[in-house]
Amino acid sequence: MKNLHVRTSSLAASVAAAAFLFPAISVQASDLRVQCYSDGNECEVTADIAKRFEAANPGTKIIIDKVPYKAVVETLPVQLAAGEGPDIARVTDLGGLNKYYLDLTPHLSAARQKAWQDNFASTLSWFRAGPADKGIYGLMSQLTVTGMYVNKTLFEQAKVPMPGATATWDDWMAAGKKVADATKTPFVMAMDRTGHRFAPLAVAYGSKYFDASGNPIIDDGYKLAAKKFVDWNKAGLVPKEVWGGLGGSAYRDAFEEFANGRIVMYYSGSWQVMRMDKNVTKSFDWAAVPAPCGPAGCTAMPGGAAYVGLKRTKAPAEVAKFLDFLSMDANYSEMMSKTDNIPASLSVAKAGVTYNVSPLAKAALNSFVADVPKILKPNFDLQGYRLNRAVFQPTAARLGQAIAGEMSLDDALKRVASDLDEQVKAAAK
Amino acid sequence: MKTSASTPWFFLAPNVIVIVLFTFIPIAINFYYAFTGGVNLYPTQRPGVGVENFSTLLECGSYFDPSSCRKDVFWQSIWNTAKYAIFQVSLMVLFALITAVVLNRKIMGRGFWRGVFFYPVLLSPVVVALIWKWILQRDGLLNAAMVAVDAHPVLWLAEPGWAFFWVTFVSIWAHMGFYTLILLAGLQAIPADLYEAAQLDKASPWRSLTKITLPLLMPNLLVVVVLAMIKAVQIFDEVFVLTGGGPGSATTFVVQFIYQTGFVEPVRLYGIAAAGSLMLALALVALTLLQLKLSNAEKAGERVK
Repeated sequence: MKNLHVRTSSLAASVAAAAFLFPAISVQASDLRVQCYSDGNECEVTADIAKRFEAANPGTKIIIDKVPYKAVVETLPVQLAAGEGPDIARVTDLGGLNKYYLDLTPHLSAARQKAWQDNFASTLSWFRAGPADKGIYGLMSQLTVTGMYVNKTLFEQAKVPMPGATATWDDWMAAGKKVADATKTPFVMAMDRTGHRFAPLAVAYGSKYFDASGNPIIDDGYKLAAKKFVDWNKAGLVPKEVWGGLGGSAYRDAFEEFANGRIVMYYSGSWQVMRMDKNVTKSFDWAAVPAPCGPAGCTAMPGGAAYVGLKRTKAPAEVAKFLDFLSMDANYSEMMSKTDNIPASLSVAKAGVTYNVSPLAKAALNSFVADVPKILKPNFDLQGYRLNRAVFQPTAARLGQAIAGEMSLDDALKRVASDLDEQVKAAAK
Repeated sequence: MKTSASTPWFFLAPNVIVIVLFTFIPIAINFYYAFTGGVNLYPTQRPGVGVENFSTLLECGSYFDPSSCRKDVFWQSIWNTAKYAIFQVSLMVLFALITAVVLNRKIMGRGFWRGVFFYPVLLSPVVVALIWKWILQRDGLLNAAMVAVDAHPVLWLAEPGWAFFWVTFVSIWAHMGFYTLILLAGLQAIPADLYEAAQLDKASPWRSLTKITLPLLMPNLLVVVVLAMIKAVQIFDEVFVLTGGGPGSATTFVVQFIYQTGFVEPVRLYGIAAAGSLMLALALVALTLLQLKLSNAEKAGERVK
């Protein structure tokens, strides 16, 4: 009896130890872990749709792990490089993580493959390794467009008319200056601290970002835009702490400055609409205005977040099935409507999305949607470039140093070019 | 009672395993990464590049002019660290000494004041940085106070000189209590009869300080200086939260450069980060050897007494 007791105890201890050491034992084979960061309610809406998927596919459980954006940018790439990580992740470095992606194509029927190719034609290439790659890797859960928000109340108080649809960056800055002076607002404009937001300014002033062979370059258009931006900072039109106050390529947005009425205009993007509606509408009237122009045209930077399947998954068919479920028109439309995002699916865009938001937010979303066809090719090329972060990173770091007064603009531009070259070469090794 | 030769190893084994796993193996891996290139994390996918990472870091027109170096931010961070270590350590030790001397006297509420100076040491560096960030940002408490007295607000964290000053100040504020405590213990170990003898000889307080207190406190002071120097070279967390290394690279220190290069920047140059960390390790080893030498000298001095 004593022996039996000892055996039972040791068996229980072994089971407990095994459960502690190998937690995966307790997880079902078809459990799919989705690592999700959220700008608003994207993870919650995905979880709601996932419940319907689970009901239709008994035996598959979708577990949404909500993480901060920093985890997706900094931790996920290290996890993936070490062969770890979730089955599906919501990422923004669309091309950069390509080598970890699961190609959904073999797991999709011919009809569904065609639907993906037809509906997501403009964004599928963003996930691919190069022109020869024809894989289907991810679903854009949020197509974003950069753009300018303006404090309409300040414009009205200053009795300054808002520039029109073809107004240049200079026109906007001049009008903003009049408003700031008339209303004693400390600054005219602020832009999120990232090379991504700087790109539309550069392209509007003629940058192509790539040479004829497709290699990234720092050309005259980029230099002209950099000069304008640094000059605006030095003239005190832009709060210098946004770009000049940090070190390295650290990201910083300027939402608080805009919400507190310290700037007349704020260059950010469509993903801020819900935040604007929730936090700013109660304080003053705001609007998203058409993409500011330059000699090369009026343009914005596309981007966004996407759900991608990851190669390391043990259930590739289920991953493909779930992403395909999300991509179906009814589900995708629901996701766009509930998250107030711009659809990347042509069929959903054609059918239209019903947004349940305030008139201000609805007008802003419509303005961003209207900007999409205007986006110039270099902005699309840059978004689709696998190493686009090697372009964005030195832009923020080096222009930040120039704005902080640590180096001249000429030196900063030389450093942008050498940093870019070094990173592209390192990535090729 | 006879003990088996393997018995001590049995008890040491858990610690040895932990140290090998989490210290020696990472050091060996770090060496490997320092001599390989590319952006892949898996060691087997990394091509050998010899000493290229070190030569990249060391490629400079003049080491005194970071802008002439290929990795200008690395050299800027080295100079920032050196400048910070000199200013922060000398000022902190000076203030810690003054505070310890004052707290060693019979003043009213001595226990309370000792607690006040030690309290910041108990705070997490992140909490310390956040508190001071709220005070120093554009719309922070300090500028609100300045506006209240009709003075112009200052960008305390966006002007390079001020940002460096505040990083040094906050660090002294946060860590001084610890060193004060060490010096206070040293002061209390000085025999009281020496001061009584000095009083009988009508020695001035200044003479007592320079002829009794400082010479007898010197062993403690040297240990404090070396310990503070090692901590200063390793500075990272509170500065990272307070300024993010900015404005520009004005408060970027060596550890932050290594962290950003290896783990934050979109294209991660693990080889450069590993090479930089080995160079930092060299400086820390030198400082640690100095500390060992000083404590050995102190022990030898005690034996002679």
